[in-house]
Amino acid sequence: MIQINDLHKSYQMGNSSLHVLKGIDLRVEEGELVAIMGSSGSGKSTLLNIIGMLDVHDQGTYGLDDVIIKDLDETKAAKYRNQFLGFIFQSFNLINYKTALENVSLPLYYQGMKRKERQQQAFEYLASVGLADWAEHLPSELSGGQKQRVAIARAMASKPKLLLADEPTGALDTTTSYEVMDLIQKINNEGKTILVVTHEEDIAQMCKRIVRLKDGVIVEDTKTNQVIASQYV
Amino acid sequence: MFNQDRWQEIFETIRKNKLRTILSGFTVALGIFIFILLFGFGNGLKNTFKEFFLDDATNTLFLFAGKTSKPYKGFKSDRRIEFENSDLQDIKDNFPFFLEYITPRITRNAVVRYKNEFDNYNTRAVAPDHQFAEKSIIMKGRYLNTRDIKEKTKHAVIGRLVARDLFKQEDPIGKFIDVGNSVFKVIGVFQDAGGDNEERYIYIPYTTRQLLEKSNDKVDQIIVAFRPELGHTGALAFEKQLRKFLKEKKSIDPRDPNGIYIRNIADALKRNQQFSNVLQWIVTFVGLGTLIAGIIGISNIMVFVVKERTKELGIRKALGATPKSVIAMILQESIFITTISGYVGMGLGIFILNNIGVTLEDYFIKNPYINIETALFSTLILILFGGIAGYVPAKRAASIKPIIALRDE
Repeated sequence: MIQINDLHKSYQMGNSSLHVLKGIDLRVEEGELVAIMGSSGSGKSTLLNIIGMLDVHDQGTYGLDDVIIKDLDETKAAKYRNQFLGFIFQSFNLINYKTALENVSLPLYYQGMKRKERQQQAFEYLASVGLADWAEHLPSELSGGQKQRVAIARAMASKPKLLLADEPTGALDTTTSYEVMDLIQKINNEGKTILVVTHEEDIAQMCKRIVRLKDGVIVEDTKTNQVIASQYV
Repeated sequence: MFNQDRWQEIFETIRKNKLRTILSGFTVALGIFIFILLFGFGNGLKNTFKEFFLDDATNTLFLFAGKTSKPYKGFKSDRRIEFENSDLQDIKDNFPFFLEYITPRITRNAVVRYKNEFDNYNTRAVAPDHQFAEKSIIMKGRYLNTRDIKEKTKHAVIGRLVARDLFKQEDPIGKFIDVGNSVFKVIGVFQDAGGDNEERYIYIPYTTRQLLEKSNDKVDQIIVAFRPELGHTGALAFEKQLRKFLKEKKSIDPRDPNGIYIRNIADALKRNQQFSNVLQWIVTFVGLGTLIAGIIGISNIMVFVVKERTKELGIRKALGATPKSVIAMILQESIFITTISGYVGMGLGIFILNNIGVTLEDYFIKNPYINIETALFSTLILILFGGIAGYVPAKRAASIKPIIALRDE
């Protein structure tokens, strides 16, 4: 699913440049649930953003589903994002003037789906995260956990090959975090490849594999004994 | 552009962001509204000016006679020149091509009396065509006619204010008034757009005046109207030939600047029109200024709107919106809002112009108006610049990396 070889990325900070990723090699197979861990500044979010085509790398190669991602212009990147990728953010990133249903149907709008059809599909995804009754509510009327579930439904709506979660539980309390992880595990069990960036050990243990980053390089890459989140819910 | 889905998306955005919509719509509507009002007032000012200065017929030459200042053909200088009836006929005979009409004018001051009312008025002894030169409008009865001239009748046409002051409520037609100790019958009452003074004149046949003055054939002043289609150049040529002809007839040195004077209304008209043009420039300048202020206002609003939406645009891009679709969305939305509110502002402006029309006449603004082309054009300009003003920040926002846009709080 993901082939990354010798990936480098630096940021220009005025005159000095900050070398964030210093040669990453990573392969992720279909159906994996990978936690990317590391302290802040380790480069884990940068890696996720490059994988998510929200940012571009300087050196090395990145292939997604046998497509080499290189020199993307924004239009092409947008198309790939829409077709291949679903995003889950720490701060949910819902559009605050749109209802839960409209938020979920937005990626389908950009896929060019007809209004009726996309609302119906969006509703199904909302129902699958247990928010059918909240479809017409605005994000401001939802709790943090509910917002993140809307975001997950939105990420799923476009039927992506890869789901990217950047600190999905970072803004949630423990119980809600486990609920969200339970949902992520269920989606993974249906065969979806998922990458989770986190700095919480317990969240990482709920994934099937942990990749640890430190100062821009991978220092550890291990399979875990996956902790099933539903037993804590 | 005509994608129904996209319109739905835009209407939704507009409906759910009322403050933003109202703010930008209000700026545009206000801009075009003020522009329409100012432009209309400017036009009103021009109308007032036109009424003040341009009320008489504009295709006329006024001929005066004076003293010569050079000796010529055995005549000494300082000789007094006078027009007489034969001059009228000679001009008619020699310039049929140029001439529209000709009328003498002999002005005398006289005490005019009716019953116990009396006052001092100017009488003008004229020919019937004088009506066109002054654009006198008959309210009652009739103007002088050729029979009056031929038979030297004692008929008088009086101004509206003369009638009001002497006759009060009475109908003056057919009544007899005493003009400088001779009795005239009132045959008509006129009004004149040129103001109160113009309506204090009394018109009598010039032949009657000559008869009263010991049957002479002298004329103070001759008013000659040329055919309007000659234009300004034709009028100048006519004036030149007329001057030459009269100087020859009256034996005046061709180089003598005095003796005969010709005042060409076309010249005065041209000066007045120049002033009128300056007014037009001021109006246009003010209008442009307002329009530019409006454009700057929209630009500010658009920058603000796009800034406010940076994060939303980032989310949309993360979900698969292409830069093109982001720009199109912002543009379509802004053009939609500016078009609607632009035309609302325009309609409101025109409505107010049409309805306050008369009330501002005291402030020298008469019939303020804006022609529909100017109104439509300026509204279009505003919409166009609203679009450009939206395009620049939209393009920038669309090219921001989604990751940076997402970090925007």
